[in-house]
Amino acid sequence: MPTFVYMTRCDGCGQCVDICPSDIMHIDKSLRRAYNIEPSMCWECYSCVKACPHHAIDVRGYADFAPLGHSVRVHRDEEKGTIAWRIKFRNGKKDMELLAPITTKPWGTGIPRLADAAAPGKDMVNSQLLFNEPKYVRMDEGGLNTLQSNGLSLKEGVYY
Amino acid sequence: MGYKTIVEDNIDILVAGAGLGGTGAAFEARYWGKDKKIVIAEKANIDRSGAVAQGLYAINCYMGTRFGENKPEDHVRYARIDLMGMVREDLAFDMARHVDSTVHNFEDWGLPIMRNEKTGAYLREGRWQIMIHGESYKPIVAEAAKKSADKVYNRVCITHLLMDEAKENRIAGAVGFNVRTGNYHVFKAKTVICGAGGASNIFKPRSVGEGAGRVWYAPWSSGSAYGLMIGAGAKMTQMENRIVLARFKDGYGPVGAYFLHLKTYTQNAYGEEYESKWFPDLQKLVGVEYLDPEASHRTHRPIPTCLRNHAIINEVNAGRGPIYMVTMEAFQDPHLEEIGWHNFLGMTVGQAVLWAATDVDPKYENPELTTSEPYVMGSHATGCGAWVSGPEDLSPPEYFWGYNRMTTVEGLFGCGDAAGGTPHAFSSGSFTEGRLAAKAACKYIDDGKAEGIRVSDEQIQRRKEEIYKPLETYRVYSNEVVAGTVNPNFINPRQGLDRLQKLMDEYCGGFGVNYMTNDKLLNIGLKKMAILGEDLDKVAASDIHELLRAWELKHRFLTSESVFQHTLFRKETRWPGYYYRGDAMKLDDKNWHVLTVSRRDPKTGEYTMEKAPLYHLVGEVEDKDLAKLKAEGHH
Repeated sequence: MPTFVYMTRCDGCGQCVDICPSDIMHIDKSLRRAYNIEPSMCWECYSCVKACPHHAIDVRGYADFAPLGHSVRVHRDEEKGTIAWRIKFRNGKKDMELLAPITTKPWGTGIPRLADAAAPGKDMVNSQLLFNEPKYVRMDEGGLNTLQSNGLSLKEGVYY
Repeated sequence: MGYKTIVEDNIDILVAGAGLGGTGAAFEARYWGKDKKIVIAEKANIDRSGAVAQGLYAINCYMGTRFGENKPEDHVRYARIDLMGMVREDLAFDMARHVDSTVHNFEDWGLPIMRNEKTGAYLREGRWQIMIHGESYKPIVAEAAKKSADKVYNRVCITHLLMDEAKENRIAGAVGFNVRTGNYHVFKAKTVICGAGGASNIFKPRSVGEGAGRVWYAPWSSGSAYGLMIGAGAKMTQMENRIVLARFKDGYGPVGAYFLHLKTYTQNAYGEEYESKWFPDLQKLVGVEYLDPEASHRTHRPIPTCLRNHAIINEVNAGRGPIYMVTMEAFQDPHLEEIGWHNFLGMTVGQAVLWAATDVDPKYENPELTTSEPYVMGSHATGCGAWVSGPEDLSPPEYFWGYNRMTTVEGLFGCGDAAGGTPHAFSSGSFTEGRLAAKAACKYIDDGKAEGIRVSDEQIQRRKEEIYKPLETYRVYSNEVVAGTVNPNFINPRQGLDRLQKLMDEYCGGFGVNYMTNDKLLNIGLKKMAILGEDLDKVAASDIHELLRAWELKHRFLTSESVFQHTLFRKETRWPGYYYRGDAMKLDDKNWHVLTVSRRDPKTGEYTMEKAPLYHLVGEVEDKDLAKLKAEGHH
C-alpha cells in the first residue's frame, strides 16, 4: 500500500521526508506539501504515517492486488508509550481497534551512555567478553560458554 | 557540479550502514574505545533504517540459557540442519553465546518483551523465538547507537570503500554522497564496520507495477553490504545460498508466529496434507541424513526450511494449489486472533492492509500462501556474506586471521547481513555481531594495525567523478531526445533494475522458472551480466534521488554477479526449494561438503573461486533423542 498525502491536512513540515527509509517522501515544490514520489519502492512500513503530526498520510493498498475501500490507521504516542491501530475491512464487516505498548520506560531513559561506564580492565579487554558480560549472559555469576566448558571441539569433515 | 566536498578526518571506527548490526557496532565501540572517534554513515535515518525499520513482533534468536532452555551449541546444531550443513559453526557458536546478553540489554532499554506468566521466563513463540511488542525496536537501538557515536551522518549513501595506498589490501575509510544536499562526503577512517544490508529486488518480484515494493525483505536493502565489500576486493562466502520464503500471498506477512504460537498448519487446495508425499523422492536427492521425517516427527530435529518449500513448490506444480494456511481453528480463540493481527501490525502492516482490502478474515477463511522470489542476505535462514575471521578461542586456522568478524581486507569488518556463514542471527544476532566486530576493531587499532594509512587526493577525486557520473550522463544526453525515458545513450536506474531482475529470474533460478537453473543457463546469464555491467557505466540520473537509485542498482549488480559465480561453482543442488541445478540435482557431500569462497579482483573484475573446509561442532552436541532413536534400530 503505497502512501499518499491528504492535501488539506499536510502543512509541509517534512517529518515524513526526514524519516522515510526509502527516500520517497518528498516535498512538492509548487504545492509545498509532501507526496510519495516512487510508490513502487514503498514497503508500506508506515514510518512516515506514524511520524506525521497531522495524520495527513494514509495508505491505499498496492493497485496490482489490493482492491479499494479499506483502511488501516495508526496513532503512535511516545509519551504514553503506546501505538493504537484501527483496521476497517472493505465490506465494513470488520472494524478492529488494537493497542500495543512500544516501550516499558519513559522514552530513551533506560539506555546507558557507555562513555560514562567504568572502563574495562586489561583482563576484560583480553577476554572474549562484551559490555555487561558475563553477568548479562545468564543474569548470574557464571562465565561465558567456551568449547572447553561445553565439552566441544570443532572438527573438519561431514557431520549431520 | 556545485556540490561541496565534506571531509570527516581521523575517524577510528566508521559504521557504514546502521541497521541492527551497525547500531550494535556503534553502541559497543564506545565501551572498548572510550577515546575513539566513532562515526555512523547511513543512507536513511537510523531511527527507521534497515530491515527492522518497521518493527518486529518477535526476536528470533534467543537461547534462554538463564531459564534453562538452550545452550549455544543447540542453536548451532539447529542452524546446521536447517542450512543443509553449510554454516560457519565458529561464528554461529560465538554469536549464540553472546546473544542473550544483547537481549537482556534490550529489555533494560525499554523494549517490551512478553513474559510467560506461569514461569516468569520470556514468552516463547518457538524454541528460539521470543515474543515482543517491537514497533519501536529500531528507534530504541538507534538511541543506544546515538549515545555512543560522536557523529551520525543520516542520509549519506556510502558508495565505495576507500583503500589505503601505503599498504596493499588495507581499508582507509569510505566515500558517498548526501541524498538531500548532493554533497560529496569523504570519511577517512582506521577501520570500517560494514553494517549495510542484504539484497531484495535482485530477482524479479512476483508483484508488478506499483506493488513492486511489496517485497519480503525491505526494498531499501540494496545489497550494499556485498556491493561495498566486493568492490573493495573482500572474499565472499555462500553467495549461492539465496533464500525463498513461504509466506502469505502478496502481502508476504510472516508465518513464524502462526506456525509456532498459533499452531496453524498448511494444506493443499483440497484440504489434504501434502508435505509427506514429496519427502520419499526428495530423500533420494538429499539423503536420509538431511531429510529424516520420522526422526523430525519424534524429536526436535527440524525439517530444513528449503525442503518444506520444495513440497509447496511441487504440490502447486502438480495442480493442487493454492496452499492454504489453516487459521480458522486457531482464530476462534479471540486471544489468538488478536495475536495474529498484532503480529502483522508489528512487522508487516501491509499484510493487514491486504486482508482488510480483500475482506479476508482468517477466522472464517484460510488465507493463501506462496513461495517468494529469492533474496540474498545473511541473517535469516541463509548465510550469504563476507568471509570473516572468527574469534581466537574458537576458530580453526582456516577460519582465523587475527580479529573477530574482520574480512579478508585488513581493517574492514562485517556484521549482520555482511558477515557470511552465520544464518539464523536475525535481529538480536546481527546486533550481537556488530558488538563483536566493534570490540575487535578497537583491538585492531590499539595493536597499531592502522598506522600510516595514506589516501591520495587522486583516489578521492576519482571516486567523486565516478559517483556523479550518472548526473553528468543525464545532463549531456537528455536533450538529445524530445522527452520521455527512451534514450539511445543511457538507461535510467529503473530500466537497469528491470533488466537485472529479468536476467536473474530467467538464468539464475527465480520464481518464473520454478527456481531452476543449470550450467548452460548460468553461463548465458553471466555473459548478459557482463553487458549489463557495461550499460551500467551509462546509467543516468536526472536528480539526486535517482543518483541514489543508480548506486543501489550498482550494488545490486555486484551482488548478483557474485550470486551467479557462486551458483555456477557449486555443482550440486544443496538446497532444493531455494534453487535447483538441473544438471546436478543431487546433494553431493563427497565433493561439496564445503563452503564456497570467492574473490573479485577490483582491478580486472575477474573472479576466483575456492572451496573452504567445513568444521563442525562435535562432542556434547549430538541430538540425544535422535541417538535414542538410532539405538532403537532406526535406520
